[in-house]
Amino acid sequence: MSAPLIIFFVLAALAVLGALSLIFQKHPIHSALSLIVVMVALAGLYLLMGAEFVAAVQIIVYGGAIMVLFIFVIMLLNAGEEERTDFSKLAKFAGLPLAVALTGVIAAAIAHSHEAVTGAPAVATVSDTGKLSNMLFQDFVYPFELTSFLILVAILGAIVLAQREKN
Amino acid sequence: MIDSLLHFLNEYGFWIITIVKIALLVFIVLTVNAYLTWFERKVVAHIQSRWGPHRVGPHGLLQPAADGLKFLFKEDPTPNGVDKFVYYLAPLLALALSLTSLAVIPFGPDPLPFKVLGQEVYLWIANPNIGLLILFSVTALSVYGIALAGWASNSKYPLMGGLRSSAQMISYELALTMSVVGVLLMANSFSLPEIIRAQDGRMAWGLLPAWNVIAGPFPQIIGFICFFIAAIAETNRAPFDLPEAESELVAGFHTEYASFKFAMFFIAEYTAMITVSCLATIMFFGGWLSPFPASWTFVHYLPSLLLIPSGLWVIYDGIKYETIFGRIILPGVGTAITAIGLALILFPGVNLFIQPIFWFLAKVFLFLFFYVWARGTLPRLRYDQLMNLGWKLLLPISIANVIFTATVILWRTR
Repeated sequence: MSAPLIIFFVLAALAVLGALSLIFQKHPIHSALSLIVVMVALAGLYLLMGAEFVAAVQIIVYGGAIMVLFIFVIMLLNAGEEERTDFSKLAKFAGLPLAVALTGVIAAAIAHSHEAVTGAPAVATVSDTGKLSNMLFQDFVYPFELTSFLILVAILGAIVLAQREKN
Repeated sequence: MIDSLLHFLNEYGFWIITIVKIALLVFIVLTVNAYLTWFERKVVAHIQSRWGPHRVGPHGLLQPAADGLKFLFKEDPTPNGVDKFVYYLAPLLALALSLTSLAVIPFGPDPLPFKVLGQEVYLWIANPNIGLLILFSVTALSVYGIALAGWASNSKYPLMGGLRSSAQMISYELALTMSVVGVLLMANSFSLPEIIRAQDGRMAWGLLPAWNVIAGPFPQIIGFICFFIAAIAETNRAPFDLPEAESELVAGFHTEYASFKFAMFFIAEYTAMITVSCLATIMFFGGWLSPFPASWTFVHYLPSLLLIPSGLWVIYDGIKYETIFGRIILPGVGTAITAIGLALILFPGVNLFIQPIFWFLAKVFLFLFFYVWARGTLPRLRYDQLMNLGWKLLLPISIANVIFTATVILWRTR
């Protein structure tokens, strides 16, 4: 096995284990930490595919900023351990079959699409920061600006809600 | 047998050299950290008209060793009700992340003049073309060490300290990141060696080096000031050391940590200081570039000129030192320093090779001194002042700096 393949399997295992741990941990902080593991493992996978800029942004934005806020809120609320409730009736009977079915569909989709999964050339074009910015600010400038506008609206909404609370 | 060994060495030479370099760098940085504490205590003591450590070894020079032993042998109690996993994870995370960030720092331009195991040995561990982004992503993650330590301790002072520090680090990370964007625009690269090479040149009729802080389309002096203030806050150092304000919070986030776990936080903090000083040197002060024109070959003797007199002074001071131990050790150290200075004169090749490294380390040392100086002279900010400074002053100024720099570059290139 070559070194990149070994690193891929280690990172993929980390991501999957982190995701499982995120669900099964009882304490919110432990769940949040598991989510950070998932984020960092994904960043490693991006790095492996040569998308260095995306990997760094993944860690800075998701691993750093967003997850710090999660942890910050959990610490401020001083949230204790969750209590497990009984599963809902639907989840009890339909949950496992549905999960298996979904996994089967995804696996089948991946298995049947050889060309689509090997997205290496597409990734290679955005590995360079300059090319990435060209794509963002020239080729896809309208979708990009619209998305920023959406985020701005969300920020304003948050401020309005916080102000109403104060009044 | 020997053939297969040679084959193995050639095949895996890159890995072996990298691992040796990492071990060497960690060893050097830990030693420098230890003597940084000695340096800090001495300088702060002299600022406050005291002597500082002077009992353990001549001039207190063995104090770091004594501290290290004390950290190792102290009892290491774990308080009741802590979250065991996170409580042990936090110091490990803090130390590991702060050491990781050193991996991308370039200490010199040229590889060693000889090849080792058929490989060129450069003075950095890794040279990714997104070096700066990697540094920032490690900084972004290093909040966790402190925040989690505060939370896991199950005690109110650490929790307050942890909350304060996470709020502070999130706030100042923005200003820190924005203040270097100007440099990135001028250098057109995320790679740290490339950023340094972009500053190579002379300005003002060859009198001044064309470093980013004074040169370029738009001098980054404002960016530098924002960067350094934000960096002091980001590393939780005085006057922004509110997470561990001892008059309010006992010791902040590491109140419940003792022995070596406390030492790990300590080492992490000092390593972060070194990283930030290296970064300031690279981004704004030309990294390994000499401040003098290349034609002034006589400045190559500057390292010797500093080493020989200080070595002679240490010998002179040692001969009349109070204790016998000092009378033996100090002249020995002084002779070694003088000998290194003389050797640099005798071997011009070596002298030429260490010039960039000398300038890099000299600049880093100046920034470290600045850190200590700020700690010794400035009073701690109040919490609301800290937040106002970060959000209402540093962030707008650094954003304005980015806009001005971008405008000037755009105008120049048209």
